[in-house]
Amino acid sequence: MSETSVDTIPRHATGLAATLQHARYVIGENPVTGLSVSLFALLLIAALFGPWLVPYDPLASDTNLALHTPTPQHWFGTDQLGRDIFSRVVVATRLDMGIAIASVAAVFIIGGFAGLIAGYFGGWTDRIISRLADTIMAFPLFVLAMGIVAALGNTVTNIVIATAIINFPLYARVARTETNVRRDAGFVQAARLTGNSEMRILLTQIAPNLLPIMIVQMSLTMGYAILNAAGLSFIGLGVRPPTPEWGIMVAEGSGFIVSGEWWIALFPGLALMLAVFCFNLLGDGLRDIFDPQRRT
Amino acid sequence: MTHHPLLTVSDLTIEFATRRGPVRAVEKIDLTLGKGETLGIVGESGSGKSVTSYAVMRLLDRAGRIAQGHISFSGISIDQASEAQMQDLRGREISMIFQNPRAALNPIRKVGHQIEDVLLRHVQATHANAKQKAIDILTQVRIARPEERYHAYPFQLSGGMCQRIVIALALACQPQLLIADEPTTGLDVTTQKAMMDLIVELTRERHMSTILITHDLGLAATYCDRIIVMEKGTLVEQASAAAIFKSPGHAYTKKLMRATPRSGIGLRDLLPDDLQTGAQPVPRKPPGVVLLDVENLVKDYPPTHGASLMSRLLRQDAGADKPFRAVDGLSFQIKAGESLGLVGESGCGKSTTSMMVMRLLDPTSGRITFLGQDTGAIPAAHFARSPFRSRIQMVFQDPTDSLNPRFTAERSIADPIYRLGSIKGSDAIRHRCEELATLVGLPVALLDRFPHQLSGGQKARVGIARAIALDPALVILDEPTAALDVSVQAVVLNLLEELKARLGMSYLFVSHDLHVVRMLCERVIVMRAGRIVEQGSAETIIEAPQADYTRELIAALPHPPV
Repeated sequence: MSETSVDTIPRHATGLAATLQHARYVIGENPVTGLSVSLFALLLIAALFGPWLVPYDPLASDTNLALHTPTPQHWFGTDQLGRDIFSRVVVATRLDMGIAIASVAAVFIIGGFAGLIAGYFGGWTDRIISRLADTIMAFPLFVLAMGIVAALGNTVTNIVIATAIINFPLYARVARTETNVRRDAGFVQAARLTGNSEMRILLTQIAPNLLPIMIVQMSLTMGYAILNAAGLSFIGLGVRPPTPEWGIMVAEGSGFIVSGEWWIALFPGLALMLAVFCFNLLGDGLRDIFDPQRRT
Repeated sequence: MTHHPLLTVSDLTIEFATRRGPVRAVEKIDLTLGKGETLGIVGESGSGKSVTSYAVMRLLDRAGRIAQGHISFSGISIDQASEAQMQDLRGREISMIFQNPRAALNPIRKVGHQIEDVLLRHVQATHANAKQKAIDILTQVRIARPEERYHAYPFQLSGGMCQRIVIALALACQPQLLIADEPTTGLDVTTQKAMMDLIVELTRERHMSTILITHDLGLAATYCDRIIVMEKGTLVEQASAAAIFKSPGHAYTKKLMRATPRSGIGLRDLLPDDLQTGAQPVPRKPPGVVLLDVENLVKDYPPTHGASLMSRLLRQDAGADKPFRAVDGLSFQIKAGESLGLVGESGCGKSTTSMMVMRLLDPTSGRITFLGQDTGAIPAAHFARSPFRSRIQMVFQDPTDSLNPRFTAERSIADPIYRLGSIKGSDAIRHRCEELATLVGLPVALLDRFPHQLSGGQKARVGIARAIALDPALVILDEPTAALDVSVQAVVLNLLEELKARLGMSYLFVSHDLHVVRMLCERVIVMRAGRIVEQGSAETIIEAPQADYTRELIAALPHPPV
């Protein structure tokens, strides 16, 4: 049997090069993934370099220019204080993305770890963590986030905490299930034989296998996190005016829609929509890249 | 055959669309099947034997398509038929028995109802008499107490029982053609025999045609009239079952036959001529001192509690609150340089025993003395830190499942060295991995690959390299070749024998295949229900078994016409 000869098997590129090659294939095959990747790049540029790119100071008001329709000077028009909406929408990206990324990172670490130990050790660890997740799920999530921010105080940090808490069950449950099916896999048994402690097995053997699905989960919850942060600001919790933030801007603009000044609410709303849209589509693309078996 | 064949496949080519363009899984296959005939399709994984049968049922994946050729079934052109026509054919005219009976049954529906579903779908019964018909069919597949089992859910039945239900489902509508796709893989030899006897008897009674798809040439030769051998999508040989064993025509058939374990041959005989090294096999050394001494080993599993209240109610199982004794007073010894085979059917406690010896599981009572030390007294949870950990290692049953999919082959082999070895420094470890790879015959270039980029045989080699990385005194082999093709199995078994002689290890070989055990082991223990039924030298047990159970096991092995 020639099963050991090297030439019978097509050579595979390994490591980073292979991942990039595969990513290019996935993006090329599905234009929607390509679209979401470009949107993501756009958001990233706005978040990182926004303040240097915008034509006007987002906080500078000029009453002479108040409530101006979109013009070549002010692409998205101006608001009731004469501030340039384009500049404000771009600058707000950093804050909104920052809140979303911080909360998703926090819940990824905490929720993911909780799910890992629940799925691996079972018993009481599992019962406590799973019931905690169930309890959080039992609340209407946005109302819970409102309650948390109202109780802890009106700060950006507390929005991050609230957003992380309401996403906890999603991460804990996914990690728990994925760990549970691998708990008695052969490679875990083999790792026990090679002298690994239980915690080491959990972190070096099982956790890396959870990454693909967790990355997809992160992309999907990013969209919700942005929406959640904006929603809290919209109802007056969290970020306070005059800080540029999409939720506040929509809230401020909503009063003017009736009188015909549609652009104040429309453009920040559009930015919000594109961001959520981008992360949800990106989730599908990332799944195709990292977890080919689950492709639809 | 003078009358019209039931199934004609001509010039069939099946393509799968992949990223690198279309791949031909099956190329220009011609076959015919007469009424009442049993045809065996034999081949190793990737030979296209299952794909061919799926094409006959028109059950190909979305990516697969019939690129060329015709399939005609009693005058109907299957490749042209509409989906609605196919739905009528499937189950009523052509039916299938799948490999994994548990996966083929709906887990949340009573088995009786599942049989009724098929009958009602094909208008073979009315709501009034469906239940009676279902029970009749259960009786025909020899299910004891069919009225009771009618209400059972698949999880309440054993693997063999589930397979009987699947057979019942397949035969419910009296189809003309039955396709059995590896119907006995994963079943014990005695269950396998019972299942095959049942299928053959029922299909003969009904004058049905059968296609048996298997990787086991011996099984096919025992139960089929005619055999087709496939290799890499092409048909290499077609002959009557008796003829193929007497005078195999094609080189591939010869190789396959040679690699099939059977009575009266040694390990070397399994290998094809081009892999015979010419060197004399390393002579077995007489066993040395006692390495492992197991005395009166017992393992009880506690009764199921709490969450299983529901299942207990459903099961109405009176015995559920008594502890289940998986291993019942087992005693044996392994000497240095010796191989001991542990043979028995699933549920006999052989895996539990190996887990306890391996110190992954704590025994309820009894002593395990390894290298003069009472290792049984060290709790399994703490054994990872014991100095004895590196002296006893294991090769797992499923090479795919036992390698971390995100580790390269080198990282997997190096894992024990990182944790327990004395070698430090990445260059030294790399060097040791290359040494081990060479020892197990794995090309060094493959060390950077991930498991999914390796073949089954290569993964098995990685698993073996990992087990021997720390020069263990005892290696437990848990059916290490069960998931491999026969030709790969032949190579791996020879490798294991050679390594044992070269490194002076002892093996505890856990298996259900007596032929394989006989070739690799000096001594054999036959287990049943947690107890030793018979033990002695491998030759004696095979040639002159004393216990009835051993005789039953040997009789259940397929006996192809020689």
